[in-house]
Amino acid sequence: MNPAINAGMAPVATPGFFYVLAGLAVASGVAVITRRNAVHAALALIVTLLSVAGLYLMLYAPFVFAVQLFVYAGGIMLLFLFVIMLVNIERSSKERRFNRMWPVALAASCALMVLFLSAFVKGRTLFPDRLMPLPESSNTQQIAGMLYGEAGRMGQYTFAFEIASLLLLVAILGAVIMTKKKI
Amino acid sequence: MVPITTFHYLVVAAALFVLGVIGVLTRRNVVIVLMSIELILNAVNLNLVAFSRMWGNLNGQVFSIFVTVDAAAEAAVGLGILIAFFRNRETINVDEIDLLKW
Amino acid sequence: MLNQFMSYLGSNVTPGSANNQLWALIYVLIIFAGVSVAVMAMNWLERKALAHFQIRLGPMRVGPHGLLQPFADALKLMLKEDIIPAEADQFVFWVAPLIGLLASFTVYTVIPFGPSQAVSDMNIGILFMLGVSSLGVLGIVVAGWASNSHYPLIGALRSSAQMVSYEVAMGLAVVSAILMTSMKTGTGTLSMLGIVEAQQEQGIWFIFKFFPLGLIAFVIFAIAMIAETNRAPFDMAEAESELTAGYHTEYSGLRWSLFMLAEYAAMIAVSSIAVTLWLGGWMRPFPNLLHAPAWDFIFSLFPGITFGGLAAIAFIGTARMPAHSFFKVQRIGLAVFAALLGFLALLLLVIAVAGRSADTSLAARFNEGIGYVYWFVLKVAVFMYLFIWYRATWPRYRFDQLMKIGWKVMLPISLGVLMVTAIVGVLVS
Repeated sequence: MNPAINAGMAPVATPGFFYVLAGLAVASGVAVITRRNAVHAALALIVTLLSVAGLYLMLYAPFVFAVQLFVYAGGIMLLFLFVIMLVNIERSSKERRFNRMWPVALAASCALMVLFLSAFVKGRTLFPDRLMPLPESSNTQQIAGMLYGEAGRMGQYTFAFEIASLLLLVAILGAVIMTKKKI
Repeated sequence: MVPITTFHYLVVAAALFVLGVIGVLTRRNVVIVLMSIELILNAVNLNLVAFSRMWGNLNGQVFSIFVTVDAAAEAAVGLGILIAFFRNRETINVDEIDLLKW
Repeated sequence: MLNQFMSYLGSNVTPGSANNQLWALIYVLIIFAGVSVAVMAMNWLERKALAHFQIRLGPMRVGPHGLLQPFADALKLMLKEDIIPAEADQFVFWVAPLIGLLASFTVYTVIPFGPSQAVSDMNIGILFMLGVSSLGVLGIVVAGWASNSHYPLIGALRSSAQMVSYEVAMGLAVVSAILMTSMKTGTGTLSMLGIVEAQQEQGIWFIFKFFPLGLIAFVIFAIAMIAETNRAPFDMAEAESELTAGYHTEYSGLRWSLFMLAEYAAMIAVSSIAVTLWLGGWMRPFPNLLHAPAWDFIFSLFPGITFGGLAAIAFIGTARMPAHSFFKVQRIGLAVFAALLGFLALLLLVIAVAGRSADTSLAARFNEGIGYVYWFVLKVAVFMYLFIWYRATWPRYRFDQLMKIGWKVMLPISLGVLMVTAIVGVLVS
């Protein structure tokens, strides 16, 4: 393989890409919570998920990028679109969008945002200034080592991995049984 | 221009989190509430991966993979509950889903 | 910018690895143009080949032997009236073909036409390809819903259910091929260039490795990729006699041509995955067995000979055209086309001869590059012809039969192949 890949690829126009992706993510996030039509909101959520996937690529996490594409954008959003088509009733697009408590909710969320920002700004001295150098072997290989265990020694997350597969099995069974008309 | 630090990613994640919280608290369509929950989970994932990059440790990325798997399972089960409820009550309005027994 | 242009000319890595944006952009434009030309050629080939399978001639009027038919079709589709159904959701109706097109074309950034002839070599190339092609399903679902009509909705739901089911079997077949990349070095790779280089190192195409495991995995992928692209015999969701064209019923003119473009581009993309994973990518046949420079030279003559053969067929076609004044323009057109093909063949033969001995001269590098791209495109073209052959030969599956095959036959077999490949791999090494 080309050695240039792992030896710290010099990023190109990083601030530009970051601001575009971050702006797109936040703008689509606003569209998700404000659209009246559920399909429009789902499409906006797809755009958000893809922008966040792009941000993962910028953070040198290609495997998480692939997982996000596969699971979120390609799987969960398809599920959402199917369900929206199933439960789409005309009445819902003519009702009020927001419930009666929306001023309180908005105020509380703004307070939450202010809390977050103050925590980040005050704690800025805790973050190291420089980003750590990239590891030598490929990202996928290292994640596989942690999940499955490297040669001769159990990985840290092998047990959690097995439990996650059981969780998925339970979720599949639950979803199938709940949506069957006659069990 | 200012070089992009971890702080920038944390701000984006916080914005997405707050947007998701507003969606959960204010919208009346159940499907959109579930989508806002997905927004919240994505914000958490972004936070995890940003910190993982900062410390050079892959624990954050592995944790975010598990969060994604969890989100998939929860979306499936949540939408299943929604469909089962819709079949009985013909409504997807959160305000009308307020009785435990009808 | 000139600096960026010149600095890449001598390198042997992809523009992505060399961090060269200008050349990456140039490669993207070349791929765009190439895929568009390939889709038009595929359209022509489909109509002619289907016709000949059904013992008729196909388009013969528009150009000599219908060669200009795709251009006429494209012109007609662009000039057609753009009809949007009355109650349809305007924005979503407009955006749906674009999603499918985006998903189909983004895949081309990681397809390796040669060891340095790819736009970029991502570490997770194959995952990226599978993930992005799963985004195409969203375009179909949204298109069916936005048309606000029964047939498109049912067609879209069926089509997307089918694509999602066969994606699982496809992914498992791909994983068993990726397992084989780790047999020699102990470290596997997900990058597309790495997979072909692993086949080169191990000296065997993965379709023949651990016979018959590689073959079964390849067959499963070949069947799943036909179902992924909604082609016969899995085209229940868009066949005219079943559902009045399924999810693209309400689309007319340019929008429909975008769907068609996305479908053909997806066909070429999944065929490229199959070629890269199992058929050795850009490698010529027998690179290790027949290693002498004489064999290299003989195999490097193949591009020229292929185009020479095509030119000869075109010349014979010109000679066999009726000598009537009605056919004068077509005769001249076909003769010009044959002359162009012959000129291209001559050029390729000259490059092959001039670049045979030296290693670093310009002709030798051109020769190598042309060889890589030629073998890759040849293998993909075989797959394209197989797509058309399947459509002409086999009847369509009923939808419940289709889903039964996807879940009850393909998934267990691909799981079995994966497990046996893993066990055999551990035992061998």
